[in-house]
Amino acid sequence: MMNCDADKVIYMDNNATTRVAPEVVDAMMPFLTECYGNPSSMHNFGGQVGSAVQKARGQVAELIGAEPTEITFTSCGTESDSTAILSALQAFPEKRHIITTRVEHPAIKHLCENLDRLTGHKHRVTRLQVESDGTLDLASYEEALAEDTAIVSVMWANNETGVIFPVEKMATMAKERGILFHTDAVQAVGKIPINLKDLDIDFLSISGHKLHAAKGVGVLYVKRGTPFVPFLAGGHQEGGRRGGTENVASIVGLGKACELAGKMMEEENTRVRALRDRLEEGLLATVPKSMLNGHKTDRLPNTTNISFEFVEGEAILLHMNMYNICASSGSACTSGSLEPSHVLRAMGVPFTAAHGSIRYSLSVYNTEAEVDFVLEKMPPIIAELRELSPFWEAE
Amino acid sequence: MWEYTDKVQQHFLHPQNVGEIENPSGIGDVGSLACGDALKLTLKIEDNVIVDAKFKTFGCASAIASSSALTLMVIGMTVDEAEKITNDDIADYLGGLPKEKMHCSVMGREALEAAIADYRGVILPMAEGEVVCECFGVTDLDVIRAIKESDLRSVEEITNFTKAGGGCGKCEDKLRDLLQTTISGIPIVPVTAEGPKRLTTLQKIKKIEEVLEREIKPALKKDGGDIELVDVDGDFVMVSLRGACTSCAKSQTTLKEYVEKKLRELVLDTLIVEEAK
Repeated sequence: MMNCDADKVIYMDNNATTRVAPEVVDAMMPFLTECYGNPSSMHNFGGQVGSAVQKARGQVAELIGAEPTEITFTSCGTESDSTAILSALQAFPEKRHIITTRVEHPAIKHLCENLDRLTGHKHRVTRLQVESDGTLDLASYEEALAEDTAIVSVMWANNETGVIFPVEKMATMAKERGILFHTDAVQAVGKIPINLKDLDIDFLSISGHKLHAAKGVGVLYVKRGTPFVPFLAGGHQEGGRRGGTENVASIVGLGKACELAGKMMEEENTRVRALRDRLEEGLLATVPKSMLNGHKTDRLPNTTNISFEFVEGEAILLHMNMYNICASSGSACTSGSLEPSHVLRAMGVPFTAAHGSIRYSLSVYNTEAEVDFVLEKMPPIIAELRELSPFWEAE
Repeated sequence: MWEYTDKVQQHFLHPQNVGEIENPSGIGDVGSLACGDALKLTLKIEDNVIVDAKFKTFGCASAIASSSALTLMVIGMTVDEAEKITNDDIADYLGGLPKEKMHCSVMGREALEAAIADYRGVILPMAEGEVVCECFGVTDLDVIRAIKESDLRSVEEITNFTKAGGGCGKCEDKLRDLLQTTISGIPIVPVTAEGPKRLTTLQKIKKIEEVLEREIKPALKKDGGDIELVDVDGDFVMVSLRGACTSCAKSQTTLKEYVEKKLRELVLDTLIVEEAK
């Protein structure tokens, strides 16, 4: 059996994925073992499984201030994103314009790049520029809204910097012009309060594994009355919105995770935020030539993205790995790409810093002792790598 | 996570011969911060024998390990022997590198060649090639050499070994042509299939300017407006509206519904017009 030694790891890569909460595992177990009925079956054996799915639907709806009927379970955030955008384009075939940003997750970025191939139509995509602190300019957004805009898709919070975008206001501006609004809220749900009840957001994407549920389950919120065309045609599951037998255990787990997230929201915004700030301030104070990427305050409480100039991200991560510290980098070498993070480049982060960026993303499972350990280990790691760097000596 | 051999990890975590030789016999300085990896190799050569080698590297684990390995390989060699070291020799010394990281071993070889050229006071022939990949400054000679030496058979492999094509991707057609001519000797045949139309940046700018002058400006001038081309970045065309257009409430509609449509029709159907602020 594989032994991952999770207890020995200092895990600060929660924007990549999260630990499945023990309570979530407990909730899932019956549906991986004895409760194996099909939720669509007429018999009680399946019916009780269907009830568990409905309960989860209510738990998800509760966390984001939606109605249970507005919740559609999917396989992941990427599927939710694709469903929302392709649905809008099919609902309004005469509209060929999409507005998004230059810092979206690849789920949106690559979808927009491939739209012509996917739909056979000639679509026009406006990618909104960001400021150097990663924030969006609303004036540019207003100018971009056009008569033939089919949908706006803007992430609620950026996965690399944690910067939060003003999606509530942007959704209203779109609604005033009769334009649908989608937000990829994969990083925001469970970390900041969201209440869709009085908002003009038509579609919202959630990914289970970003909030302590399992991998392979997601949600697409579709506001009641929004025109909708299914992405996966098939049976009548999910009210006809998404064919395919439900991933019951993961859905039940996601419901539980949403319930827990609601309860943990305060801790996320107090204790976790304080830990993040302590880490960030400590690193910026003790490592020379380090800089924060992203807005100082308009940010998720768990995320900090720091560049260490003149060293390369993969090399940093592998040294951190020696101490079982897990984080991510926007460096090119970590992704198999040859260019650094499109998010940092869009923000105008200089190459000297973009290649050496490290994203630390915390969760409620992190402790003060872990932060102190990271603060102790990082300065010598960076110093050691800088000794190797031809550019550091030039400084 | 990359699958690195134990030897790569060992050289990465405990690199040998880090530093710079004072008054070196030859210096090889390759790569750049923008490219994401760079290597400065210094050699001390006595009686045509490399008696010492040191390096400084900015880059990933493979780049650091390749540099460290290179210094150990060359110390004790004559210059003529060292000159024959290939990137495959460096990768083999390390027990192999992930295919996407082969360019790190190429960087090691290039630094060695540059240092030897510096020692001999000659100019590297590779530096005289034509740049085909502007993102990473790779010349056609670099690409042809990589194709021949490492028996490359696809554009993806060229990218793994040289980084060419790993940025904006605009040089892919050129790389395909170089691949074709190098491995088969068949002359370059222009791509005439019904694929997407491709223009170099210069061609694109010239065509845009031509359409602006011929079609768009006269139309805008009729209403007291005007337009200037500010920049072209890939498919993004940055323009500045002038005259009556600057205060017109429908300027965005003009840009998108008229200017962009016209440029898409007459230049390239992927162009996106934006107003420069």
